[in-house]
Amino acid sequence: MSTSAVTSEALAATAPPEMRQRQWRVLARATMSQWRSRIGLVIVVVMVLIAIFGPLLAPHPPTAFVSAPNSPAGQNGLLFGSDGIGRDVWSRFLYGGRTVLGMAVASTIIGVGLGLIIGLAAAYFKGWIDEVLMRISDVFMAFPQIVLALLLVAAFGPSVPLIILIVGISHAPRVARVIRGAAVQITERDFVKAAEAVGEPRRRIIFGELLPNVTSPLLVECGLRLTFSIGLIAGLNFIGAGLQPPIADWGVMISENRLAVTVQPWGVVLPVLAIALLTIGTNLLTDGFARAAIGLDRGE
Amino acid sequence: MAVAEPPTTTAVTVRELKIDLVSSGSDIVDQIVLDVRAGDVLGLVGESGSGKTTVGMALMGYCRPGGRVTGGEILIDGRPLAKMAAGELRKLRGGTVSYIPQDPGTALNPALRIGRQLSEMLEAHTAGASAEQRRVRIRETLEEVALPNDDEFLRRYPHQLSGGQQQRVAIAMAFACRPHVIVCDEPTTGLDVTTQARVLETIRDLCRSHNVAAVYVSHDLAVVAELADQVAVMYAGRIVERGPRDAIFSAPRHPYTRKLLRAVPDLEGRRAVVGIGGRAPLPGDRPSGCFFHPRCDLATDQCRAQFPPATGMGGHIVHCYHAEEALTALPTTGEMTAAAQAGETVITVENVNATYGHNHVLHDIDLTVRRNECVALVGESGSGKTTIARCIAGLHTDWTGEIKLNDRSLPESARRRTAEARKQIQYVFQNPYASLNPRRTVGQTIARQLQLFFPQNRRETGRRVAECLERVALSSAAANRYPDQLSGGERQRVAVARALAAEPSLLVCDEITSALDVSVQAAIVELLRELRVQTGLSMLFITHNLALIRTIADRVVVMTEGKIVESGPTLDVFTSPSAAYTEKLLANTPTVEAALQH
Amino acid sequence: MSKFLVRRILLGLLTLFLVSVVVFAATQALPGNAAIAILGRNATPARVAALTRQLHLNESALSQYTHWLGNILHGNLGISAATQQAVTKYIGGRLANSAFLVLVSALVAVPLSIALGVFMAVRRDKPTDHVLSVGTLGLAAVPEFVIGIALILLLATNASHVLPAVSLIPPGEHAWNVPKVVILPAATLILAVTPYISRIMRASMVEVLESDYVTMARLKGLPNRTVIWRHAVPNAIVPAIQVSALQLAWMAGGVVMVEFVFSYPGIGTALIDAVGNRDIPVVQALALIIAAVYVVVNLGADVITVLVTPRLRTAAR
Repeated sequence: MSTSAVTSEALAATAPPEMRQRQWRVLARATMSQWRSRIGLVIVVVMVLIAIFGPLLAPHPPTAFVSAPNSPAGQNGLLFGSDGIGRDVWSRFLYGGRTVLGMAVASTIIGVGLGLIIGLAAAYFKGWIDEVLMRISDVFMAFPQIVLALLLVAAFGPSVPLIILIVGISHAPRVARVIRGAAVQITERDFVKAAEAVGEPRRRIIFGELLPNVTSPLLVECGLRLTFSIGLIAGLNFIGAGLQPPIADWGVMISENRLAVTVQPWGVVLPVLAIALLTIGTNLLTDGFARAAIGLDRGE
Repeated sequence: MAVAEPPTTTAVTVRELKIDLVSSGSDIVDQIVLDVRAGDVLGLVGESGSGKTTVGMALMGYCRPGGRVTGGEILIDGRPLAKMAAGELRKLRGGTVSYIPQDPGTALNPALRIGRQLSEMLEAHTAGASAEQRRVRIRETLEEVALPNDDEFLRRYPHQLSGGQQQRVAIAMAFACRPHVIVCDEPTTGLDVTTQARVLETIRDLCRSHNVAAVYVSHDLAVVAELADQVAVMYAGRIVERGPRDAIFSAPRHPYTRKLLRAVPDLEGRRAVVGIGGRAPLPGDRPSGCFFHPRCDLATDQCRAQFPPATGMGGHIVHCYHAEEALTALPTTGEMTAAAQAGETVITVENVNATYGHNHVLHDIDLTVRRNECVALVGESGSGKTTIARCIAGLHTDWTGEIKLNDRSLPESARRRTAEARKQIQYVFQNPYASLNPRRTVGQTIARQLQLFFPQNRRETGRRVAECLERVALSSAAANRYPDQLSGGERQRVAVARALAAEPSLLVCDEITSALDVSVQAAIVELLRELRVQTGLSMLFITHNLALIRTIADRVVVMTEGKIVESGPTLDVFTSPSAAYTEKLLANTPTVEAALQH
Repeated sequence: MSKFLVRRILLGLLTLFLVSVVVFAATQALPGNAAIAILGRNATPARVAALTRQLHLNESALSQYTHWLGNILHGNLGISAATQQAVTKYIGGRLANSAFLVLVSALVAVPLSIALGVFMAVRRDKPTDHVLSVGTLGLAAVPEFVIGIALILLLATNASHVLPAVSLIPPGEHAWNVPKVVILPAATLILAVTPYISRIMRASMVEVLESDYVTMARLKGLPNRTVIWRHAVPNAIVPAIQVSALQLAWMAGGVVMVEFVFSYPGIGTALIDAVGNRDIPVVQALALIIAAVYVVVNLGADVITVLVTPRLRTAAR
């Protein structure tokens, strides 16, 4: 065959040895080559470290009364002063990240997991399964996430597992739509038809052909839903529908201290900054990744 | 409305044009030299990635994002583009130089009515004209391109027109302001041969009657042979050969041109097609010396050292150190080999009717393919040829009638067929960019196929994967590659390898070369021919390309509008077609050979 | 097109029906006696019995639901358990206040976002685009209550007391008569939705600017202004309409947090109060209304999409 020699040579000459990890490494490098991702990563790492290890650095227990109410920053050796009932603002801040972050991560895992399964099933099976799953999604999407959460809190009362579950469930239809959209395009591609033609088991088509091709939107959804979870859960704690005082939590802190903001601003400023930074960080990182993934898919 | 006097001298002059990628600084095209006289058509020929469209767009002072003109000059009517201010350049585009796009389906604005899109062209370039004068001109122009010119037509949106009508609108738009130069960017690519023939005629007539200089960018040598007076052949961002049409096609002197002509299938069937090995280098990845030397049989040290300067006379210029040798050493025709004898029937399609939703797309189809036989199924887009293939493979399930494999009736859907039936019928898809899972290496893809049909240990599978790749002329190193690291031709080879791994008795090839360049297409066709000789494989070869059939098929089935209008041995159908439709197809298919005769 | 409309409206009605089932199931199917849950532990047995009868709690769930839905369809949203007022009367004025807040915000945010999106796309990859792009990205992430509190910290504390931190509206007064108190809540909503719409508009516009027909328009020698506003924007605007609808519907929920931050007397504060008091009829009514807004707004967006897309408009007449 006249073509064989040339083709083989051309391949052999440029073949790097280890290819398996290549796609992920390329994606990671493309993500980190952008400034927004780098800034996002630094913010996320700092905020996560504060949330996880903050309690170890706290000078006082979060619920201990250590000073007169509303003492200004610097007084009595309190870095940021005390809150309305004399607890150390700085210590409460250092303790307050764990709850938000933990609940947000848990609800993200539930929501993205559920959404992934619904989305892939709807995209692959099409027909009435798709129709039913999407109509149910429509119904749940008709409630803004905060309203759905309040509806159920009104019925069952505030509780941490309930909040995690509700926030997760409220993410699921939104994730499912995105995954379905991406996966439907994949099912139209010929390699899925090729798998159908040779009789690959359905399970293998869904998890072997579809899933690996929706990993980019899936990761983007993880980042996006984490960002929204943080905001939603902090918000529920803020309006008193989630965690209850005296627990040290950023959302709870804002609601405790906001009426005294003129005399003791730090009780509000610190948690507000923390929540803002955390969400901005996760969003910058997610966007950096999304841009990298799109860029690679377009062959840039 | 002032119509300028048509110029009689050189309308387009390009000297040493160089366009770079902004990002890397490597050149897309370089050393481009062209001259086009008023009333002449220059065919700018090249395969994908050769830079032909970049050059075409540059004539309008336009670079696609990411590119930048860094050297040389372009003169239109003797005026250098580089010296023009933004406003002058805008007047030039559409006014003096106009453009006919590749795909009018995407180049016409879907949100604007046809009339609006035509009249804004005139508004931008004929400042003094009244609305009434513009209306008159639009009607005139539409008449020239044989479109209706009533108000109802002007109120339509692009999606309400057929592909051929859309292209006519684009042509009308291009000629509306009476330009001196027209750049045509493969304007017939998406059209059926019948429509293509009429569109080409329109373009040729308009260029003649308005004395316009045209640059016709195309990968299709047959179309260029029909249309062009002068031809320039591009390879990897350089013009390797240019000259009068007859000289280029009857006495090509560059090895690339000669090989390219050998890859073009011949409707008369006097020769076999021969592919060009290897692949064309991308910008930034080009070899030293002559860019074609790694794929050239005549290459010497001199070729590897330095890019050959222009040589030649009488307007026939070639960039090759071995132009004289090439004339004798490289034939432009290949030899036809006789096909093997056909055996017993492998697949039988009886009285099949198929529907898509409410559309009845196949009517009473009867078809057989015998062992060691290649049957070509030919038809224009929408004829239903792909639907037949999908019914046979069990991918389209909305059909009635009977499809039998070795005399055993098959269920509609592949899922309900036996594993043996699925193994026996293998399908190769049109677009190699979509038929391989991008997240799996080539080795994984083929190994999965082997495991499905021949469960065995991993080491044994690995060995068989290498064998399969070897059979389609790929090295075993390809097993570690992801599809995006392969060229289109290589991917299609992988797809064929995957199909053959199942050791099928019937290979269904659905337009498998239509997404590929002609030199790659020829190589795939060669591969299929050899595989048939080696394995006695049966093939159902679906295509819209008549000339290609001549080089590969034993029998032809012609389809239109979901019905079979003619079938018979290839030679009979081509030499004495019985259906009027077949005759029309044959008459409208452009070929280099036929073009040179008139 | 009329066929599409009918189908779309029927689907909307189906969604609304299922929404009512969800609301009912979530609240009425409470564990234990719903009448006690609604009236509280201190209610007299007579009142519990009366409410049980009124809500048909002694009947099957299906019959309870049909009674409940029947009442709603007759405009009877029940009696607020906390205030003993008719729910319609209790939320009427608040609904108007919230609607005013959302409309004012949308009227500013949507045109602003579209202009911003076009601007970013036209200046693609230039410094202004990068700054705006990262800015909107960051703003999009921040929860709306955090934006609201940040605005209060900046504009309504001792440091610079330009605007009221608390949106006091006297009872019986409408929000449009006290515009000063609407400014900060509206600004919060605008800051919360503008990033989304403008980013979608930018992405859509960037894609359209790369399309063949925009290249064609440039090669026709049309002025840049014509290329952008006549050829690109009309094609790029559809995703922006869709996301604007989503954001408008989102605002119906977003007002909950924002109103709470500013103590703005709308349905948001009413909902949070009702959740605190476990005032189930009010929660049900507000959840239904907000979901209905979502369904209607999306329906509207689909219709507008069809109207601005010739291919869809002319398809199935």
